[in-house]
Amino acid sequence: MSTQAPVLNDVPPTPRQVAQLHATWSDPPGPWGWLSAVNHKAIGRRFLVTAFGFFLAGGLLALWMRTQLARAENGLVGPDLYNQLFTMHGTTMMFLFAVPVMQAVSVYITPLMLGARSIAFPRMNAFAYWVYLFGGLMLFAAFLTNTGADAGWFAYPPLSGPDYSPGKRVDFWAQMITFTELSALLEAVILITTVFKLRAPGMTLNRLPLFVWGMLVTAFMVMFAMPAVMLASTSLITDRLVGTHFFNPGEGGDVLLWQHLFWFFGHPEVYLIFIPGLGFVSTIVATFARRPVFGYPAMVLALIATAFLAFGLWVHHMFATNLPELGKSFFTASSMLIAVPTAIQIFCWLATLAGGRVNLKAPLLFVLAFFFILVLGGLTGLMLASVPLDLQVHDSYFVVAHLHYVLLGGAVFPLLGAVLYWWPLITGRMTSERLGRWSFWLLFIGFNVTFFPMHLLGLEGMPRRVYTYPADRGWEGMNLLATVGAWVLAAGLLVFLFNLWRSWRRGERAGANPWGAGTLEWGSTCPPPAANFDATPVVHGAYPLWTPPREPSQVAGLAVDQREQLVTTVLDAVPDHRVSFPEPTPWPFLSALAVTLCFVWSLFTPWGAVYGLIPAAIGLTLWFWPRRRETAKHLAIERAPR
Amino acid sequence: MPLPQSALTPAGPQAARVLELGTLFFWMCLAVLLAITLATLWVLWRAPKGDERTPAPGALPDEAGRRRAVCVALGLSIAGLLVLIAASVFTDRALARLPLRSALHIELTGHQWWWEARYDDAAPSRVFTTANELHIPVGRPVIVTLQGTDVIHSLWLPGLVGKKDLIPGRTATLTLQADRAGTYRGQCAEFCGLQHAWMALEVVAVDPAAFDAWAQSQRQPAAEPSEPQRVRGRQVFMGSTCAMCHAIEGTDAAGRQAPPLTHVGSQRTLAAGRLPNTPEHMASWITNPQAHKPGVNMPAHAFSREDLQALVAYLQGLK
Repeated sequence: MSTQAPVLNDVPPTPRQVAQLHATWSDPPGPWGWLSAVNHKAIGRRFLVTAFGFFLAGGLLALWMRTQLARAENGLVGPDLYNQLFTMHGTTMMFLFAVPVMQAVSVYITPLMLGARSIAFPRMNAFAYWVYLFGGLMLFAAFLTNTGADAGWFAYPPLSGPDYSPGKRVDFWAQMITFTELSALLEAVILITTVFKLRAPGMTLNRLPLFVWGMLVTAFMVMFAMPAVMLASTSLITDRLVGTHFFNPGEGGDVLLWQHLFWFFGHPEVYLIFIPGLGFVSTIVATFARRPVFGYPAMVLALIATAFLAFGLWVHHMFATNLPELGKSFFTASSMLIAVPTAIQIFCWLATLAGGRVNLKAPLLFVLAFFFILVLGGLTGLMLASVPLDLQVHDSYFVVAHLHYVLLGGAVFPLLGAVLYWWPLITGRMTSERLGRWSFWLLFIGFNVTFFPMHLLGLEGMPRRVYTYPADRGWEGMNLLATVGAWVLAAGLLVFLFNLWRSWRRGERAGANPWGAGTLEWGSTCPPPAANFDATPVVHGAYPLWTPPREPSQVAGLAVDQREQLVTTVLDAVPDHRVSFPEPTPWPFLSALAVTLCFVWSLFTPWGAVYGLIPAAIGLTLWFWPRRRETAKHLAIERAPR
Repeated sequence: MPLPQSALTPAGPQAARVLELGTLFFWMCLAVLLAITLATLWVLWRAPKGDERTPAPGALPDEAGRRRAVCVALGLSIAGLLVLIAASVFTDRALARLPLRSALHIELTGHQWWWEARYDDAAPSRVFTTANELHIPVGRPVIVTLQGTDVIHSLWLPGLVGKKDLIPGRTATLTLQADRAGTYRGQCAEFCGLQHAWMALEVVAVDPAAFDAWAQSQRQPAAEPSEPQRVRGRQVFMGSTCAMCHAIEGTDAAGRQAPPLTHVGSQRTLAAGRLPNTPEHMASWITNPQAHKPGVNMPAHAFSREDLQALVAYLQGLK
């Protein structure tokens, strides 16, 4: 077992070492190499493009609905299609866009922010991506063949049960949950491990960027929230496919069981989307106020408090059921108190801006929209937290307005700002500031024109999820206004995408750190090379690029001819040991195909869950099968402890 | 004049209380929204400008003033939230304390996609059932017992009271009262399938004497027709599939799958608020219900013109 001695890097690394390092970490060329890719930046880019693809698809479904609702008793869309449209819209936006897109950004950005060469478990990361893609494609393939889910994104039984939703529509919906769950849980494991173990030396937990704190908190929430919905959707599938009676009151089941399980996941899910948005805001505010965020400990504690409280307010989705009134009052109080950590963060950002030197560029504009839209949505959220008020506006258009104000204001506007902000890091090119401002104002105005009238519609009695409404209700004017707003919103999104496309084709080249940011992801080139950094950096402050250079600046002695990563301790990021990362392989892709086969097959016969596991097991076995050449390389750099 | 269906124009003590609470929330929330928006604009206007090349400060300046401002703002937020929580809880208690002596009891059952209302009475012979219309006496409290049979529905009468779900396997109650005579519209608020959009309910609040008279008329079995056309209509009804799902008291028709038609001629609307109750609309509904409510459980019927006219005349005569 004699191999040549490993090549280790010096500080500063020689050009030869740098070239060899990046060649080592590159994904193989060609279509087969494309399917074998495991580099977190390649997977992150695919994740982002896929999530935005689903975002556009969900947006088109929304435009279709708004066009139907522009006039009273309109005949463009019938109830059967409309129910599929709003179910697919909600499902796509929540499961296939909002949660995955945050993980996608995180897959690309987090290792860079931490100064790591890779994300933890890179093959699992690729597998999580493929599973998510195939699950989403399955749902849309079903929709395009008139088998689109039609029981709402919340799928309350008995309506979603075997008696009232015969056919395969809801089965596909429930199985889509299985796919996205699997993907989200894997990503949570990957992110937590990355954040805890792969930080650059010196990046103690109290120097962790606020965006990473947000993603870490989110990953923990995923681990606690997602199993609830997996339990729910699996019970629903067995009710539908093998005749169990979890949700059948006629046989001792309980329909409210579903609602508890679903909202125990569903309410934290809102914060799974919102907390990464807070991370974007903290990142962008610091860079464009040219100073560290005010009140770092308060910000971190606010994130953690939000995550804890988020698990204690699911019942405010169920105020109209016959649960005990005293219990509901508890959930009123907890729902209102979750405003406190958000208020802390808003005040801290304002203090940051007030004490900084403001560089008012397009990414900051998108973040500033948060201060109006999210605040308005949060305030209507207080109204929904109050039991008596909620009972008047629950399941009305008021809630439609509220949830879009919260989710778009709290997550999508900051996300679009983050896309503009990190675009140079992904493509190496700048976007147009002018187009950025145009798209911002179109989106901001379009958004408010679409969703503000819905508050009034709800108060005037218009329920949600109706495919049409009577002409004599006086709802037509505001519905038409909302539809016009939706088209303006779509125009704004087109300008935004055109800006990205134009930049990608012929945008100005970005130099290193084009925004003058302080966090480590900008510490390499734009875009970063395969191994992210020429040598693993050593961190001396919360904003390493704003901290005066100090020795040591980089880590010496890591292999450049194989995939070696430094592992540090959880709290203080002291170098602990080195670990060899796996090579690119197509097995994650092939295993994801096998798992997809198993999941889809089991929709048609329970035996699919049995026989379908065989190819999946083969795929996973070959994925982990040790290769002699790799083992030899790993052994060559191992050193016995002295 | 369209029927009122707005939470902003309450006609009963429950909805009025909620509107008071809502007004308090509205002004407090508006104040917060304005404060934060103005603070943001003020900060942007006043803060010195920088660009990408502006160096980050080596050491942060004295932030005591800003720290105090953040603490004060946070204290005010928490105080405001406590006020809102207290106001909400007190309103909730007030709503639960509507005096219920001499209350009228109605058992409301949700079906895909219509409402069945059973007016309770101590004497079983005085119990009667109607569909898609609730008649209530002005000024008298009403206890509505809510039940589900198929999927979850939700009763929402914005002008009178907030909503409550009708859940299969569970029973809930709702109390309401109308202080002004009038007809108030409500709709199912929980997504319940294809015709969720057309599952409306009308509440007719009248003075107590008129209510008693109406109730007395509803307790009567259907009047036997005497005119030849209506007699023929009755034969058409009994001889076709109609009688398998619909009930007409005093006849052999006793189906429970569909709205009872004992006094259908006295109703304002057809098919849970979908159509005004005129002979033309009724004929159109019987011939092709799917055109009006796609997915509805009622099948289309191909009667001859004469049979259809006779059937409509018979049903319209059931006052």
